[in-house]
Amino acid sequence: MKKLLISAVSALVLGTGAAMGAGSEGHIHDVAFSFEGPFGKYDQQQLRRGFQVYREVCAACHGMKFVPLRTLADEGGPQMDPAWVRAFAAELDEVYDPETDETRPRKETDMFPTRRGDGMGPDLSLMAKARAGFHGPYGTGISQLVNGIGGPEYIVSILTGYTGEEVEMAGSIFYENTAFPGGLISMPPPLSDELIEYEDGHEASVHHMAEDVSAFLMWAAEPKLMARKQWGFVGVLLLTLLTTLLYLTNKRLWAPHKGKHA
Amino acid sequence: MAGIPHDHYEPKTGIEKWLHNRLPIVGLIYDTIMIPTPKNLNWWWIWGIVLAFCLALQIVTGIVLVMHYTPHVDLAFASVEHIMRDVNGGYMLRYMHANGASLFFLAVYIHIFRGLYYGSYKAPREVTWIVGMVIYLAMMGTAFMGYVLPWGQMSFWGATVITGLFGAIPGIGPDIQAWLLGGPAVDNATLNRFFSLHYLLPFVIAALVAVHIWAFHTTGNNNPTGVEVRRGSKAEAEKDTLPFWPYFVIKDLFALALVLLIFFAVVGFMPNYLGHPDNYIEANPLSTPAHIVPEWYFLPFYAILRAFTADVWAVILVNKITFGIVDAKFFGVIAMFGAIIAMALAPWLDTSKVRSGQFRPMFKWWFWLLAIDFVVLMWVGAMPTDGIYPYISLIGATYWFGYFFVILPVLGLIEKPLPMPATIEEDFNNHYGTSAE
Repeated sequence: MKKLLISAVSALVLGTGAAMGAGSEGHIHDVAFSFEGPFGKYDQQQLRRGFQVYREVCAACHGMKFVPLRTLADEGGPQMDPAWVRAFAAELDEVYDPETDETRPRKETDMFPTRRGDGMGPDLSLMAKARAGFHGPYGTGISQLVNGIGGPEYIVSILTGYTGEEVEMAGSIFYENTAFPGGLISMPPPLSDELIEYEDGHEASVHHMAEDVSAFLMWAAEPKLMARKQWGFVGVLLLTLLTTLLYLTNKRLWAPHKGKHA
Repeated sequence: MAGIPHDHYEPKTGIEKWLHNRLPIVGLIYDTIMIPTPKNLNWWWIWGIVLAFCLALQIVTGIVLVMHYTPHVDLAFASVEHIMRDVNGGYMLRYMHANGASLFFLAVYIHIFRGLYYGSYKAPREVTWIVGMVIYLAMMGTAFMGYVLPWGQMSFWGATVITGLFGAIPGIGPDIQAWLLGGPAVDNATLNRFFSLHYLLPFVIAALVAVHIWAFHTTGNNNPTGVEVRRGSKAEAEKDTLPFWPYFVIKDLFALALVLLIFFAVVGFMPNYLGHPDNYIEANPLSTPAHIVPEWYFLPFYAILRAFTADVWAVILVNKITFGIVDAKFFGVIAMFGAIIAMALAPWLDTSKVRSGQFRPMFKWWFWLLAIDFVVLMWVGAMPTDGIYPYISLIGATYWFGYFFVILPVLGLIEKPLPMPATIEEDFNNHYGTSAE
């Protein structure tokens, strides 16, 4: 058993040699999101608030081309009313239909609109997974088991990291931001206190809006997070049982060949 | 099949005899499953079964993933997102497949280092070792091409960097590179051929695994003492061995269940731990990521590749001798492949008559230093190429070659081995305190 433990520990050590380099240059602060850790769950109210921030603020310049609109009604997400989603989809930009070679009103089975061109920002479908906030402790990244990958924290830090300073370079304005790598970002500060009025009456401070929209974007990037953790939980539970049974079987099987029995 | 005397399958009923005379498949399975196995195998001997499981897991999840994946530069990334969002259980399939690759390499590295410590590569098991090395190379090719398929930023730029290595070969390099890529740069043709080969190679690996098993079933397993099973008679052999079924099947399954427990926790709770966030950005040939880092399992050899820069005296010397044909880049490529070839040559480089590291007092230290060297190279492979890191890579790479080409040959000549047990039975009884009959 001791040898097995050594074998397993060495396995872990080898695995953690995986400590990926590329630490983030900006300052990212940790946020205790509800969906972190093995038992973490999305907070439906927060997702709905975050979705409101996205559609009223971010969506002007950022698309989400990989997120189907219908998933807004899925369990484990904001779980909007399907009829509401249908009406919401119809109000969005029209979509090009290759079958008819014409544009038609967007349906819930289509994706969120795409934003391209001058002044538009990157697609946000996977942003919360495409950035890693931290790799602690000591660059091993193990902390993500409890703290998540730090992607949503990166988004919060960007949204709240503006210092108010502006710099003009080559005819463009850049905004100083403590979280953005390099310190200068071309996106103007998108949030201000009471910019929107939350449908659930929650206080709409920059801080709250930033956290809510980050939670929503985490859902957009990983909609099956809760189902996946449930798989993980069931898997670990069943394998614990199986491991125990096999341990006992193995012990009994070998007993006549080991130990004093003369 | 095996040289160790043991009971063979005897067809009893009429139908068994009928089949056995036409196709002795039951006998083959029986002999494979019931092979006499040294009873003193320790827990380092469990990784073979983990590897077999990994191959099966990768093939099964992979085949289902292919049903939903589209190998086209415009559609690949979106089809992976389709798998993650719309396919029933697709997120589990993909996360198991991606993390399964990591488990596969973790297991293969422990398996290889176990072989290095206990001298499993030594006569008469050289063929098992060589086939194993070929499997390892095929695994690296498969994993590399698989990582390209999601068509994220790291997929694209990783493919660009790695195929660029072939471009470093003097003269014919650029032609080889274009032939591999199917064009001047990584593009749709590259994605398609990588997809095709990524599907093919696992079946080649499966066939090689059968040869690997065939080879060590012919020689018999090595064991922690390196002492061979007595083969004088069946009774003698039975004192040193136990049949694979049920003793080692149950033992290995227990270990596999424990490994899978940890694997499931990673897949369920931190599936992107071993991935790179940049690969969630769709491939963009116009934007190079700040750091192009290979997957963790390539890092030790990537570090060796990068260790030999143009200011290293060995590189300058070789460059002069070859009249500039071998430049630093090509030298690095040779070093990287050479590091694996060095490992494959271990059976002929190791001059010691003693198989197991347990009885080699000096070897032990050098071996563990090699294991540490491997982890250090893995770490430094992910680090930038400035400051102190290139020196660490260089020291690490030098030790790697030194171990195989200097230490292994010399140690065998100067080392005085420790006393060894005469038989496996003696070792087993010493360990478990069983009184001899």
